[in-house]
Amino acid sequence: MGYRNDMRWLLGFLVVLLALPPVMGNNYYLTVLTMCCLNAMIAVGLNLLVGHAGQISLGHAGFYGLAAYTTAWLSASLGAPVGVSMLAGVALTSGVAALVGLPALKLKGHYLAMATLGFGIILSILFSETVAVTGGPSGFTDIPRLSLAGVEFTSDLAVYYLIAAMLGLVVWLSFNILHSRVGRALRALHTSEKAAQAMGIDIARYKLFIFVVSATFAGLAGVLYAHYLTFIAPASFGFTFSVELIVMVVLGGMTSIPGSIVGAFFLTVLPEFLRAFENIEVLLFGAILVLCMMYLPGGLADGFHRLWRWAWVRLYVRDVSKDDEAERGPGGDHG
Amino acid sequence: MKLARMVTALVFCLALLGCSKESDTLKIGAVLSVTGPASFLGEPEKNTLLMLQEQINAAGGVEGKKIEVVIYDDETDVNKCVMAVKKLIEQDKVAVVFGPSTSGNTLAVTKFFAPAKVPLISCAAAEKIVNPVDPWVFNTPSLDRHAAGRILADAQKKGYKKLAILTVSDGFGQAGRAVLQELVPARGFTLLADEVFGPKDTDMTAQLTKIKGLAPDAIICWGTNPGPAVVARNHAQLGLKIPLYMSHGVASKKFIELAGEAAEGLILPAGRLLASAQAPEGHPQKALLTRYVADYTKKFGAPPATFGGHTYDALMLVINAVKASKSVKPQDIRDNLEKVTAMPGAGGVFTMTPQNHNGLDESAFVMIMVEKGDWKVVD
Amino acid sequence: MDLASILQYLVTGLTVGATYGLTALGFTIIFNTTGIINFAQGEFVMLGGMMSVFFMRSLGLPEPAAIVLAVAGTTLVGALVERLAIRPVRDCPAINLVIITIGVSILIRGAAMLVWGKDTFALPPFSGSAPIPLLGAALMPQSLWVLAISLLILAGLKAFFSRSIHGKAMLACSYDPKAAALVGIGVERMVLLSFMISALVGAVGGAILAPITLTAFDVGVLLGLKGFAACILGGLGNPFGAAAGGLILGVLESLGAGLISSAYKDALAFVILLALLFVRPSGLFGQKDSKRV
Repeated sequence: MGYRNDMRWLLGFLVVLLALPPVMGNNYYLTVLTMCCLNAMIAVGLNLLVGHAGQISLGHAGFYGLAAYTTAWLSASLGAPVGVSMLAGVALTSGVAALVGLPALKLKGHYLAMATLGFGIILSILFSETVAVTGGPSGFTDIPRLSLAGVEFTSDLAVYYLIAAMLGLVVWLSFNILHSRVGRALRALHTSEKAAQAMGIDIARYKLFIFVVSATFAGLAGVLYAHYLTFIAPASFGFTFSVELIVMVVLGGMTSIPGSIVGAFFLTVLPEFLRAFENIEVLLFGAILVLCMMYLPGGLADGFHRLWRWAWVRLYVRDVSKDDEAERGPGGDHG
Repeated sequence: MKLARMVTALVFCLALLGCSKESDTLKIGAVLSVTGPASFLGEPEKNTLLMLQEQINAAGGVEGKKIEVVIYDDETDVNKCVMAVKKLIEQDKVAVVFGPSTSGNTLAVTKFFAPAKVPLISCAAAEKIVNPVDPWVFNTPSLDRHAAGRILADAQKKGYKKLAILTVSDGFGQAGRAVLQELVPARGFTLLADEVFGPKDTDMTAQLTKIKGLAPDAIICWGTNPGPAVVARNHAQLGLKIPLYMSHGVASKKFIELAGEAAEGLILPAGRLLASAQAPEGHPQKALLTRYVADYTKKFGAPPATFGGHTYDALMLVINAVKASKSVKPQDIRDNLEKVTAMPGAGGVFTMTPQNHNGLDESAFVMIMVEKGDWKVVD
Repeated sequence: MDLASILQYLVTGLTVGATYGLTALGFTIIFNTTGIINFAQGEFVMLGGMMSVFFMRSLGLPEPAAIVLAVAGTTLVGALVERLAIRPVRDCPAINLVIITIGVSILIRGAAMLVWGKDTFALPPFSGSAPIPLLGAALMPQSLWVLAISLLILAGLKAFFSRSIHGKAMLACSYDPKAAALVGIGVERMVLLSFMISALVGAVGGAILAPITLTAFDVGVLLGLKGFAACILGGLGNPFGAAAGGLILGVLESLGAGLISSAYKDALAFVILLALLFVRPSGLFGQKDSKRV
């Protein structure tokens, strides 16, 4: 998609996001929507890493948690202003990502997957065991509410608008990255690392850059999450969530940013729908996952795209060959 | 033609759905961890609630109103828990909420209830839930502090001086660990070792070997199945002779089944539910416990775990409150919950006050020992 | 920190490590034939243990018969997984297949939860539970069974891959599927066979470990994770490396718990794994990857 198209899509998406709460009415839907936006933020970053740069990270929930705990600790235990601690959380996450990425990105394929997986697990154990700092498995309570420069966001609606705006910012940044020199380098890298190297592209630097960017987006989501929920627990930042994130990206459509947003929304909303099925919920979830991946290899976004095209063709395109046949008579053509 | 008929049917169905809003039921919401790491809590809680709902509605309901129960599974995940609570309050518009099953999830949602003016009766035991007291938040499990107190009293009686603790790295174990870390030195013991194990760990011989080297007088293991069962087995395998205490987290027959012979002689604090047959005649809880155990066993094929009692007590408290005020409005329920006095429940005898939203104390526990594969009250 | 304690840590570590090794072997077999990492491998291990318990309890079978039946049942499940979920989409990009195996593992776990509930179950040990004293440490008879059977399976697999025609055919598929097809090897059948053998090995692992570690519907997750880590530690694609990786991981965990800190034992094992990967990017015994550009 061209840059103009992307920007138009982004504008439309933002309008829908901002208009939804008044339409939906109650607070429950607002909560679900807020969680969707937070997950989408991380998914977009992961999409850049997995779909466009061709790497993998099975530990992204760790970055999410690291930022959340940092801002929680700074603002609740040390009393720092919320804005400052949020910034510190994001900065720390970026720093750690750079440090970890340097050696990790030298690995390939499954080894990289293992390295990121191991990193995620180490972080999750740290969150659970450093009870004095993080509150341990029971979680970190009484995190101050979101407030920037002294202005406190008292209503859930205000917090939602901030998070939606942040999501818009993240998507805008991602589109800009993809349509820039960096994006072209990434595509080259994805196609063939050796060829890209031969063309003079510093693949290590670009890989590290995109890894840090995706971790930063996850960190941003983390700090917002901590101050939105005012409670965080290590269980939310474990291996299970990392896997869910990857599923969001792949299920939604690996090659497009809107795809990963669709995936994030779908995977956040689906369990709410399946609530009604109680016991077989897990079974259904697994089945839906398998079926979607088998029959929609391009992801849900691709599925929507194809559906749209099919409907378009059906409604607007005449089958010209049928006209020819009517003229020629039912003799069929040769060849 | 067909389309018109379909649309009419659809509209009719929707209208019916809309009409099902009755204001003369007692609508109770519950967020329980039926699946996930805390399912050992949520499942008996859910089963008990559904069983009681059936029984009470069959007997005519409460003050002539039927009980309607809406249960959501939070899968022990805090995000899902928040969404479920919001759904119960905003969409389902319940009069009172039971749960969540875990302390962590409870602390995440307590702040939603005062603004919504809906009471919460939690099934989790963390001290922070009821201390400091939030006018809209109550809980029914007896506190970890009481269980630990009973264990330490028993240790004191037996003359132990040096103790080692072995706890699980999850919410339940961590709460116990904090309480033990505080009470063990406070009551004059020496804490020799403070080991932990993961909830899914399958082998604790390393931790036990380390503890063995320090030679304590007794070991206190605090966790919920299956971990402590493995600890008990490892304890027997290593041939350790150091006395081993368990916590009320293993108070269910499952523990004896999993630990097998290794469970013989182990002592733990538990609610009277576990050995209801051995409670003295005339004890206020005896009749209802016997009935609860019999009904649950008949319906679900196994006796209830202590945790099932949490929703039992929550429902009994609410019924008590509704009978007192003759109203199912949330505000009235809340006000009358605080006035409950000496109400026998599955977990103990409850007396709530505006300053005490838990209602129990150490007398809710008895010390029981595993003898010949069954429970025996020793204190 | 005496010899008896260290010996005890070693014994425990080797026992636990043997299961990691068996799970890792399962991963390796499928990876070798298809290049996919089957995240449902842990569930095969779970099914081995749970089905044994189920057959013993509800059909009243004696333990050996129950285990044989359970292993057969899990092998069937492995074949079904390959046929229904993998074969139709063989040409998918690798990451899609990974997600499909994740979905399959969630499905199997959900089904197990429905059928058997969330309880934990114990299998009786094969030859009693009286510990054997060994230089101050206590050795469980079941541990000896675990180690012996694991070694047997390892030897069996080695013989299979190097001597039998099917084993060699499977190896050929892993080197180059097109070339293998050209010389007349039924690649699809080899893939099916690899899933079945993987499931078999996993199920045996589950059944022999259940008497020690107890089994429940969700033991597969952690085992799959550790098995994968063991695979990577030993070098992906090398069966001997997978087994060795499993044992090393188990011993590292046990020593870490005993000597350093029980809270951080998993973290320690992973830190060592990461450090190793940075030094030897292909694992301990893995071959250096060479790709055509």
